[in-house]
Amino acid sequence: MSTLAVQAVPAVKRDPIALQLGLTTLALLALGLFIVLPLVAVFVQAFAKGWEGYRVAVQSPETLSAIYLSLLTVGIAVPLNTVFGIAAAWAVTKFQFTGKNILVTLIDIPFGVSPVISGLIYVLVFGAQGWFGNWLSDHDIQIVFAVPGIILATTFVTFPFVARELISLMESQGTDEEEAALVLGASGRQMFWKITLPNIKWGLLYGVVLCTARALGEFGAVSVVSGHIRGQTNTLPLHVEILYNEYNYSGAFAVASLLSVIAVISLALKTFVERRTGQESP
Amino acid sequence: MQTSFRRPSILPGFWPAFIYTIIYLSLIVLIPLSAEFFKTATSSWDHIWTVVTSPQVVASYRLSFGASIAAGLISVIVGFLVAWVLVRYEFPGKALVDALVDLPFALPTAVAGIALTSLYAENGWIGQYLAPLGIKIAFTPLGVIVALTFIGLPFVIRSVQPVLADADQELEEAASSLGATRWQVFTRVIFPLIRPALLTGFSLAFARALGEYGSVIFIAGNLPMKTEITPLLIVTNLEQYDYAGATAIAAVLLITSFILLLGINVLQRRTRKFMEAA
Repeated sequence: MSTLAVQAVPAVKRDPIALQLGLTTLALLALGLFIVLPLVAVFVQAFAKGWEGYRVAVQSPETLSAIYLSLLTVGIAVPLNTVFGIAAAWAVTKFQFTGKNILVTLIDIPFGVSPVISGLIYVLVFGAQGWFGNWLSDHDIQIVFAVPGIILATTFVTFPFVARELISLMESQGTDEEEAALVLGASGRQMFWKITLPNIKWGLLYGVVLCTARALGEFGAVSVVSGHIRGQTNTLPLHVEILYNEYNYSGAFAVASLLSVIAVISLALKTFVERRTGQESP
Repeated sequence: MQTSFRRPSILPGFWPAFIYTIIYLSLIVLIPLSAEFFKTATSSWDHIWTVVTSPQVVASYRLSFGASIAAGLISVIVGFLVAWVLVRYEFPGKALVDALVDLPFALPTAVAGIALTSLYAENGWIGQYLAPLGIKIAFTPLGVIVALTFIGLPFVIRSVQPVLADADQELEEAASSLGATRWQVFTRVIFPLIRPALLTGFSLAFARALGEYGSVIFIAGNLPMKTEITPLLIVTNLEQYDYAGATAIAAVLLITSFILLLGINVLQRRTRKFMEAA
């Protein structure tokens, strides 16, 4: 964005000021109406019953257990996808091999799958009528309609975030610096920690932020695989749904406001990282 | 075998990284996803056909596709306007506005869903002004369009922005110095330049809208035959333990999305080539 500001626009062909004002007002109104107003509504409704109502909703045992389960899910899904993202980006961007483009396309698949289907496929594999259903019930292991299913579905939905971010970043960096390090006698490990990781740290952080935000907020996929058991298999977004369906609107919005704060923080982080790397948003 | 499969490199770690990638990809994505197709294949063709052409399901396609197209078109118009203003004009708070564009990506869909419902309900901040005019948004197909526009808008803005920023303004200057009016410059120079990006943004928004669930189900009201989206019917079938029904509908949705994504890939490659050439 910043480069645009300095780009000299010849005065002759600049849009007339009235047109500029009109279009800017229109655009801001549209954004305000479509995007900002819903966010404002969340916070206003969250405090509809005052601070006390907010505090009660946020500190209820069900909300606390939903927070715990959401954090547990993020704590497993995000590191898994981060390690995968680094490995995949390393293989894909630093080497030339047959079928590379196919691999990159396959990594993007979860972005194209409806959240509902992302949950459904795990029911088909691990559910009572699924591939491993009999074996699992014989061994008394429950995956879907339980916590492991929630973690798996979240992992699926957030699968490409880190990999995709790193692939586009590392593609542009090439292999020169790593090759130089090796030629000068660095070990593979030294090369990774001293060259590769410092080069990709901002992109990595960016990917992790996106991955975390999505993992915390995933609804459809998790809704399908969760058993909707209060205080046991409810993540924060599912808890919002339950409160809302019970007509406890201020409670639902109070919990929703927690998620909204995280969304706003992740936006701020994202903007910060973009400034640092000077990269345009995708 | 090895040498023909990959070009030699002095960098270490190809095989561990490659093998880990393949195994993890297979375990998390490919094998579970293949379950969907194997499961669909086990039911008879007649049964699949009966499910995916039943009136309730057909009504849901109509709503899902119709609302996704409508939301995509609104996103294209509004998104282009916003991208234009963000790229070409200066105003205070522009960086903040630019950051806020991504809010629908970051905000959990269920949160967006209940917030939009409360805004557009008959007694909501926006709904109360529309109700006297006889316009109902929440719990009608219009509500579905509103939710899908919220989801789709950033896709269009983020597709158009870089292309518009890279567009060579000398072309516009040349056109106007040769006597083109402002409108002619817009329709003959600017619009052809950004058309591929608009199309990409539309397709991305459309693909996402088709599968969208969380932001829609609250505002839709889910009335059978009227405001049920296709993903909701998958969930309904699952809740009734009708796995065959759920997988059949899911197959229709999945195949449609994959075809769309393939098209988007081609489009994006073309846009990139176009931008590199420019």
